[in-house]
Amino acid sequence: MKRFIGFIKKEFYHIFRDKRTLFILFGMPIVQILLFGFAITNEINNVDIAILDKSKDVTTQEIINKISSSKYFSVKQFIEKESEIETIFKKGKVKATLVFEKDFSEKLTKENNTTVQIITDATDPNTANTISNYVNSILQKHQQEINVTKITPYQIVPETRMAYNQELKSVFMFVPGVMTIILMLVSAMMTSISITKEKELGTMEILLVSPLKPFQVIIGKVFPYIFLSIINAVVIVLLSIFIFKMPVAGNLFLLGAESILFIISSLSLGILISTISETQQTAMMLSLMGLLLPVILLSGFIFPINSMHNILQVISNVIPATWYIIILKGIMLKGVGLAVIWKETLILLGMTILFIVLSIKKYKIRLE
Amino acid sequence: MKTTNIIQVENLTKMFGDFTAVDAITFEIKKGEIFGFLGANGAGKTTAMKMLIGILTPTSGNAKVAGYDIYKNTEDIKKSIGYMSQKFALYDDLTVKENITFYGGIYGLSREQIKEKRCQLVEELGLQKVTNELVSSLPLGWKQKLAFSVALLHEPKIIFLDEPTGGVDPITRRQFWEMIYKTAHNGTTVFVTTHYMDEAEYCDRVSIMVDGKIEALDTPKKLKELFKVKTMNDVFLTLARE
Repeated sequence: MKRFIGFIKKEFYHIFRDKRTLFILFGMPIVQILLFGFAITNEINNVDIAILDKSKDVTTQEIINKISSSKYFSVKQFIEKESEIETIFKKGKVKATLVFEKDFSEKLTKENNTTVQIITDATDPNTANTISNYVNSILQKHQQEINVTKITPYQIVPETRMAYNQELKSVFMFVPGVMTIILMLVSAMMTSISITKEKELGTMEILLVSPLKPFQVIIGKVFPYIFLSIINAVVIVLLSIFIFKMPVAGNLFLLGAESILFIISSLSLGILISTISETQQTAMMLSLMGLLLPVILLSGFIFPINSMHNILQVISNVIPATWYIIILKGIMLKGVGLAVIWKETLILLGMTILFIVLSIKKYKIRLE
Repeated sequence: MKTTNIIQVENLTKMFGDFTAVDAITFEIKKGEIFGFLGANGAGKTTAMKMLIGILTPTSGNAKVAGYDIYKNTEDIKKSIGYMSQKFALYDDLTVKENITFYGGIYGLSREQIKEKRCQLVEELGLQKVTNELVSSLPLGWKQKLAFSVALLHEPKIIFLDEPTGGVDPITRRQFWEMIYKTAHNGTTVFVTTHYMDEAEYCDRVSIMVDGKIEALDTPKKLKELFKVKTMNDVFLTLARE
């Protein structure tokens, strides 16, 4: 036990004396959470739009006022001709143009029917989609207001409620994802790098020749990272609660236990990576390409799994992060307990055991 | 002088697939001897040594190191030997003192023992001024001497040195060999691999490995007589050319 404590002490010296390691460990989680929380967002605000108003009557004026007074849009310019639309789009001055047809009011009152054309710059399809949805909802609201005076015989009024994230804050979606990425990076990448570093330096050989048992060496190497990952998880949860007002609806102990399970599964992946890489660079590349990329692209963090190609869905299912993100969203946003996420937990547990067994086997082969 | 064999090797063989890295080598080493283990790159020196220090399992053959069987008692062997590789594996980001404490610790020395050993070692090597400096700031020669002393911290019966003088200047090499002599004089057996044939002359006995087999084994003097040449270098070249 005393040998073990000495080993861990040494490991902490390594961590605290390397500025790069320190930054990745503590700077990156905070920077990422803040970046995703503040800077990177799917919401739109103050989007510049142009208006081509061919009728210039009371109704169009009312609608334009409504649009420009919303916080989503600011009317940048009024244009006169259809041909101008192309020019201003190319210049990139506006993201959308609204075209009101001729005799807008008259048609609306007499024929009960008129059109507004929404043209958006779809070089950025997500934003274009959001813009058109927002304009639609403003128009619909206006329609309802003028319909109050009239009686429409049949009407279906959709009432939408966005459960678990009323305001559709994108930070709610990012927090579980970022937490997953950071725990994965810290646990898998940092441990694989620190183990391969000993190999490169030749100290691993010395350790193996010493009376320390191979598993003691490995546990000694990963133990500090378990500890630091837990601190990271706590920091991320605190940041999201206090800065982004994200509610953690579920049980904090369950959240902690599931996170430790995920940390252990990532650590065993890290050990596995270190057994197949000879240098720190290889370990880093393997962690980044083999772990980080799939986690970002295929774990359902950003892109929905259901709309992926079948093969990608299969890959997505074998990534531990996929299940951890489901668990996190369940506990944090929906407040569910183990009764609901037992299946995901079991899968994560199974994967963890598999990785541990694999890395022990691989490690033994290396020793041969 | 008592002549007990501290290392006894019989037909030790290691195969990697079809390739025979070490081919049925047999030799013994006496207590307190400086044994030079020579051979070209790829001759199987390192593989043979790894089997003796307990990190590689032999394919066949027998060996006893410090009286312990290399199949059954690797843990006991590890406690009785010291090992230093050509990389002088010290931690660059730890101070001299921390390195000594760490290695003493993993060999199970008590805090008092470590402190005593450390003071002794620091004084012998003249490192008083740098005990709290990072190892990365030390010159190569100092690192090498420190690594050697650290490998001897737990007073092993045998010390294995894997090309310990690679990349070091001639003066430091000379000083290093003086340390080796002193160690052997104190009763520790020294098992050393090297590329430098002038160093082979310093050994009590040398073995020369070619393609996994030991082709020659005797005192440097007798080997030179046997091959009718003047230097160990010529002995080596004669063998390697065959």
